[in-house]
Amino acid sequence: MDLFGSYALLLAFALAIYAIAGGIAAIITRRPLLIKSARNAGFAVCALVWLGFGSLVYLFFTDNFAMAYVAEHSNRNLGSLYKFSAVWSGQQGSLLFWSFLLSIYVFSALFAYRGKHPELMPYVGVVLASVQLFFLTLNNFVASPFQVLTLPGAGGVLHLASQADGHGLNPLLQYPEMVIHPPVLYSGYTGFTIPFAFAMAALIGRYPGEKWIHLTRKWTMIAWCFQSAGILLGAHWAYAVLGWGGYWAWDPVENASLMPWLTGTAFLHSVMMQEKRGMMRVWNVWLVFTTFLLVIFGTFLTRSGVVSSVHAFAQSSIGRWFVGFLIIAIAACLIAFLKNRDYLRSDNQLDSMISRESSFLFNNLILLVACVAVLSGTLFPVLSEAIRGTKISVGPPFFNRVNIPIAMFLLFLTGVGPLLAWRKTSTESLRKNFGWPLLAGAVAAIVAVALGLREFYVTLCLLLSAFVTFTVFSEFYRGARVISARTGSNIFSSAAQLTMRNTRRYGGYVIHFGMVLVFIGISGQAFNQDKQMEMSPGSMMAIGPYTLHLQNFDSDQQPNYSSERATIDVDKGGKSVMMLYPQRRFYPSNEESGTMVAISSTLKEDLYVVYAGRSPDSNRPVIHAYLNPLVKWIWLGGLVVVLGTILALLPNRQAVMVMAPAAEGSPAFGGDARQPARASISARSQLPKDNV
Amino acid sequence: MKSKVKFGIGAGIIVVTLSCLAYVGAQQSKTYYHTISEIPTLSEASLHQRLRVAGDVKAGSIQHLAGRVDFVLMEQGKGLPVSYVGTDPLPDTFKDGAQCLVEGKVSPDGHFVAETLQAKCASKYEAAPGQAQPAAPAYSGDPKSKS
Repeated sequence: MDLFGSYALLLAFALAIYAIAGGIAAIITRRPLLIKSARNAGFAVCALVWLGFGSLVYLFFTDNFAMAYVAEHSNRNLGSLYKFSAVWSGQQGSLLFWSFLLSIYVFSALFAYRGKHPELMPYVGVVLASVQLFFLTLNNFVASPFQVLTLPGAGGVLHLASQADGHGLNPLLQYPEMVIHPPVLYSGYTGFTIPFAFAMAALIGRYPGEKWIHLTRKWTMIAWCFQSAGILLGAHWAYAVLGWGGYWAWDPVENASLMPWLTGTAFLHSVMMQEKRGMMRVWNVWLVFTTFLLVIFGTFLTRSGVVSSVHAFAQSSIGRWFVGFLIIAIAACLIAFLKNRDYLRSDNQLDSMISRESSFLFNNLILLVACVAVLSGTLFPVLSEAIRGTKISVGPPFFNRVNIPIAMFLLFLTGVGPLLAWRKTSTESLRKNFGWPLLAGAVAAIVAVALGLREFYVTLCLLLSAFVTFTVFSEFYRGARVISARTGSNIFSSAAQLTMRNTRRYGGYVIHFGMVLVFIGISGQAFNQDKQMEMSPGSMMAIGPYTLHLQNFDSDQQPNYSSERATIDVDKGGKSVMMLYPQRRFYPSNEESGTMVAISSTLKEDLYVVYAGRSPDSNRPVIHAYLNPLVKWIWLGGLVVVLGTILALLPNRQAVMVMAPAAEGSPAFGGDARQPARASISARSQLPKDNV
Repeated sequence: MKSKVKFGIGAGIIVVTLSCLAYVGAQQSKTYYHTISEIPTLSEASLHQRLRVAGDVKAGSIQHLAGRVDFVLMEQGKGLPVSYVGTDPLPDTFKDGAQCLVEGKVSPDGHFVAETLQAKCASKYEAAPGQAQPAAPAYSGDPKSKS
C-alpha cells in the first residue's frame, strides 16, 4: 500500500510514452480516433500523477516512517500544515511536485481546447507529454520519493526497516510562507510550459496566423503572475526568516527564478507587437523557447550543485539528466525553427524611433540584457573556470551595477511606452502627453533634493516613479472623463467601467503602478542602518528614532521546538510605542536552531530586530537591530501587481456607450491601431476572445 | 530602414554602457575560488586577491575568542585554520561538521581571515553523494539514484 504512488507514476510514465507515440501517429494519419486516444492518454497521465502525489501526501500525514523520504523530512510532532509543505521540501518530493503542478496545467489546457483547433492540439499534446515524460523519468527512475527504508542484515541482505520518528523538517522551512512560496513559484515555473508547447506546436504544425499567441496569452499571464508572486514571497521569506536584514542577495537560486521572469516579461510586451503589427514573430517564438529553457535551467541550477548556493539542494547526479534534457530541448527548438523559419516572416518594419514599437523593442532589449547579465553573473564561476582555468565568482556589486540602471530605464519606458502611438508619434503629441508627467517627476526630484536627498539613483528612481505614476493615473483619468461626460456617472465609477472595457490595457497599467511601488521600496535600501549589541535586561540600544530597552528573557516549550524569547520595549521620542519579541528556537528532532525575527513594519520603515544568539565571550544575548526604510512598499507593490494581473485576465465587458474614437485625448487611447471604436448594444456581452 | 539603423545605434550604446558597468562591477567584487590544498601553492600576487574557500568545519575546532571566531576548515583530509572577523553573527547552521563557505584573504602566516561566512547543514536533509546518512538506519533504495 505504501508503494501505491510509485505504481501510479510508473503507469503515468508508460502512458506518457503512449501519448507521444499516439500523438505523432495521429498527426501523421489524421485519424480522429487516434487523436482522441492520444488526448485521453494525456488526461490519464495527469490523473495518475495526481494519484502519485496524493499518495505521497498521504504517507506524510500518516507518519509513515518506513518510507525513506518521509523519515528524512518529517516527524510526528510537526504541525499538519508543515507536514504538507514537507512533501516538497526535498529533492524527490519537489520534483514530483513539479510533475503534479505541470499536470494540472496540462490537464487544463487539454480540457479547455478539447475538440477545438484540431490542427494544433495534437502537436501541443505531444510537446506537453514530452516534457511530462522527462519529469516522470526523474520521478520514477532517478529521484523516486517512494523508496523504503532498509537495513543491511546478515549476509548483506537488505531488510525493511522503519523509524519510530522522522528527522523533521528544516526549521528554516517551518514558516507559513514556506508553505505557499514553493507552490506559487513552481506554478510559475511549470506554467511557462504551456506557451512553450503552443509556440512549438504552431511552429512545427505551421499553424496559420497569430492564433497561438491569442490562445496562450492568458496562460502566460497566469504563469507570469505566479512567478512574480513566487519571487516576492521568496524574498519575503528570506527577509522574515533568515534574519540577515535583507531580502535579495543575488544568490544563484534567486537568480534562477528571476531569469525566466525577465524573459517572460519581455514576451508579454512583445506579443503586442505581433498581435497589432505582425512584427517580431521570430523574436517571440525564441522568447517563449528561452523562457522555458530558463525554467528547466533554473530547476537544474537549484538541484545540480553546479553553482554553490546557500539554499540549493544538495549535489547529486541528477544534474546530468537536466543537462541532457536541456540539450534535447535546445536541439528541438533549433530544428523546429530552422525548418520552419519562413513561416515566421514579419508583416511590417519599424517605422519610427519614437513609436510604441520602438519602446517595446527597447523594453525587450534591456530585459534581455538584464537576463544575460544575471545569467553570466550566476555562471561566472563555471565560465571563468572553463575559459581561464580559475574559478571566479562575482558578488552583488556586479549585479547591482548592471541592473540598477536597467531598472531605471525600464521604469522610464513604463512611463513613456503607453503614451506613444503605434507607428509614429508626432512632436506635438509628445509635448502634450509628456509635459505634465515630466513636470510631476521634476517637482518630486527637486523637493527630494531640497529635503536633503543626495543619492543619485534614489533621486532618479523617485523622479521616474512620480513620472510613471502620473502617466498611469492620467490615463485612467482621461478615459474616465470621457465616459463620465457621456454617462453622467462619477469619475470613479467611470474609471471602473473604463477598466472593465479593456481589462488587458488597464490591468497592465495597474501592474505598472505596482512595479513602481516595488521600485520605490527597493530604493529605500540605500538608507538601511543596522546596529548590533550585547544586551542584558535593563540595557538600551538606540537606532534611528527608536530606543530599544531590553526587559527580560523567557523560554517556552512547544511540542516541536523550545524557544528563548527576548522582550524589548521600543521607545520613540520618549514614549513607549510597542513591544517586540525576537526569538530563537531550538528543534530537537534535527538539533537545529532558528531565529524568529521581530519586525515592526510601517510604510515609512521596518524596525527589524533579531535575537542573534549569545556572545561567545560573555554568554550575553546579542541583539541585532536593523532600520530598513520603505520595505513594506515592495510587498504592497507585489500585491498590486498580482491584482493588476488578475484584472488583466478578466474578460472585457462591452461598453454601454460608444467609445471615444482613438484619436481623441491621447494617441494611444484606443490601445489598438486596428481596432475600430466599439459601438455596442448590451452591457454584459463579452467580446470574442480574439478581439482582446 | 533608417529607423532600424537608429535603433541599432541606440541598442549598441545601451549594450556597451551596460557591459562597461558589468566589467567595473565584476572587477570590484570578483572572488577567486580555491580549494584548501591549493592555498599553500598560490603565488604571492594571488594572496592579495579575495578568495573563497569551501570545506567542512572540523569537529571540536570552533573556538570563540574576543573579536573573532577560530575554527579549522577541512577538505579531503587537508585543514585550513580560519579566523572569522566579520561583523555579522554566525549563522545557526554554523556548527561542527557543517559545510561552510568563507570569503576573505590569506594572512602571511597562512591563516585565513574570513570576512563573510556561509554555512549549511545539507547533510542533515539531503544525502550528498557518497556521504553516509547521519541518522541511525542507513537507507538504500534504488542504488542508481544514490551514486
